[in-house]
Amino acid sequence: MTTEAIAPPSTKSQVLRSFDVTDFPALNGLEEEWRFTPLKRLGDLVKATSLTGAAPSVEFGDLPDGVTVSTADDVDPVLTPFDRVSALAYGSAAGVTVIEVAAEAEPAEAAVIRLVGKGGDAAAARTFVKVGNFAKATIILEQSGSVTLADNIEVVVGDSAQLTFITLAEWDRDAVQAQHVKIRVGKDAHVQHLQVTLGGDLVRQFTSVEYAGRGGDAELFGLYFATAGQHQEHRQLVDHSAPDCRSNVGYRGALQGASAHTVWVGDVLIRATATGTDTYEINRNLILTDGARADSVPNLEIETGEVAGAGHASATGRFDDEQLFYLMARGIPEGEARKLVVRGFFAELINKIPVEGLRERLGDTIEARLVEAGS
Amino acid sequence: MSTLEIRDLQVSVKLPEGELKPILAGVDLTVKAGETHAIMGPNGSGKSTLAYSIAGHPKYEITGGSVTLDGVDVHELSVDERARAGLFLAMQYPVEVPGVSVANFLRTAKTAIDGEAPKLRTWAGELRGAMEKLQMDPAFAQRNVNEGFSGGEKKRHEIMQLELLKPKIAILDETDSGLDIDALRIVSEGVNRVRATGETGFLLITHYTRILRYIKPDFVHVFVGGKIVEEGGPELAERLEVEGYEKFLTRA
Ligand SMILES: Nc1ncnc2c1ncn2[C@@H]1O[C@H](COP(=O)(O)OP(=O)(O)O)[C@@H](O)[C@H]1O
Ligand SMILES: [Mg+2]
Repeated sequence: MTTEAIAPPSTKSQVLRSFDVTDFPALNGLEEEWRFTPLKRLGDLVKATSLTGAAPSVEFGDLPDGVTVSTADDVDPVLTPFDRVSALAYGSAAGVTVIEVAAEAEPAEAAVIRLVGKGGDAAAARTFVKVGNFAKATIILEQSGSVTLADNIEVVVGDSAQLTFITLAEWDRDAVQAQHVKIRVGKDAHVQHLQVTLGGDLVRQFTSVEYAGRGGDAELFGLYFATAGQHQEHRQLVDHSAPDCRSNVGYRGALQGASAHTVWVGDVLIRATATGTDTYEINRNLILTDGARADSVPNLEIETGEVAGAGHASATGRFDDEQLFYLMARGIPEGEARKLVVRGFFAELINKIPVEGLRERLGDTIEARLVEAGS
Repeated sequence: MSTLEIRDLQVSVKLPEGELKPILAGVDLTVKAGETHAIMGPNGSGKSTLAYSIAGHPKYEITGGSVTLDGVDVHELSVDERARAGLFLAMQYPVEVPGVSVANFLRTAKTAIDGEAPKLRTWAGELRGAMEKLQMDPAFAQRNVNEGFSGGEKKRHEIMQLELLKPKIAILDETDSGLDIDALRIVSEGVNRVRATGETGFLLITHYTRILRYIKPDFVHVFVGGKIVEEGGPELAERLEVEGYEKFLTRA
């Protein structure tokens, strides 16, 4: 058993860390970090101490030069589990899918890797993304199919490397996923993570970021759209311990339909050592119909007086009738006007995707969801 | 030739608690294609209420009377149907639509109004031409609708839409407000180009006479307390310029 309780007098950094799932009590819903999650729908992920279902299959076509995908029995973890589910994923994963970008490589195209769930018993998975020093790459992870899954994604971005990392949760409507993403940002490295959540019954994603050296830059973006009955939860913990690093968190979600529920909890911790930190986090939610609920909790803990900038914002609003009126007064039918407004709401995020085909597909998917949910 | 007929129009604004606050107290007005009517009135007299209720803004309720466009009861039409029937409202305060580019917005509106997408070949040129005429930078097309626009840019954008969409009846709600003299001239020239076709009827709403020196009205209506209290030709605007609204306020 490896247990470490980190010392600083911070609430976010004092949590129990262990690789052994049994060190963590089974979830009961009273935990602060799980209070928004409908545990019943997590199924076996709540109480199991090991998962034996088949992990999603890993599929990919031609990979651009400089990118490889392989399987390893084990990889030194970057994510030290800090809750029951991350420990469960670590302990139960049969192997590790390793996506590697060679040092100094600058692949011409994005590497697209699909994780396809085939249903069946609850499963665990680990994915490890390793980007070498000075490499510059775009990696797209498409998650689809049916699963009950606890999985960890560990990302190490080498010094001066630049990574655009897009994860798409386009699961079938019955899927359940509790995912932990851990990103270690190298010295002077830049990572942009875009997390897109559209599918699933329950998708809960916890993304944490740490900096291995000075000058690291992490941008965490999220785009989600919950329709009737879906629970989508996104949490981030950005742990600034190195000086002169930057973080920028921007999540946007739309909600439509009865009991669509989204949760965003953004924690940023600036430790005493992290002088010169520049951080901003914002969450915006667009509630399209009655009966949907968006919880949004920004949280900034600052232990040094010497920050370059630190701010947060959260705004949850209903559909703007004035926008609708303006568009309709130009002859645009209501359904189409709604599509324009919702597409516009997400445009800033979608435009960050460097792959045109994916930008278009996401725009179309969002429009289709608007219609499917009967606006 | 199109005709907008407003008969004994009574309109209330819907208050947040659901009550109705009466604003328009019986308005009668007929606007034909090729005519320009100025509606002049002090702040709070109900000019925007008239404009919005004709366009179908959900905040206003028609409680009596009628508005017809070429015999069709406008009340029966949704906001977008009214626009497609040929009504256009240049708003006093145009709305920001984040994430939607001017180019995309205009193409979508043009497609909706015409019932078919504009020809790819000619559309780009038409758009560029419309922007040039209103002295708008081509980069404007890529900006989000009204987002971060100056007051003058918003109004030029409204008039650009007027020129592109070619409505039967155009209501311009205080298009002159917030414009410096250069912008006022550019905007007025846009309006006058559409007027010159003779195919559009105008309802030019204004508080001040300034814009009427650039766009000569055929008829002037003084609007006070939710109704028209005096009507005449262009000379009435000149009288208002000198005398102000006081006389009409006490009478209303
Ligand atoms: N949403 C509203 N709630 C309450 N009163 C309103 C609202 N909108 C307009 N009014 C009132 O209706 C009257 C007419 O307003 P408006 O039509 O905007 O006048 P104008 O455009 O001539 O300045 C004013 O007294 C104004 O205060
Ligand atoms: Mg007004």
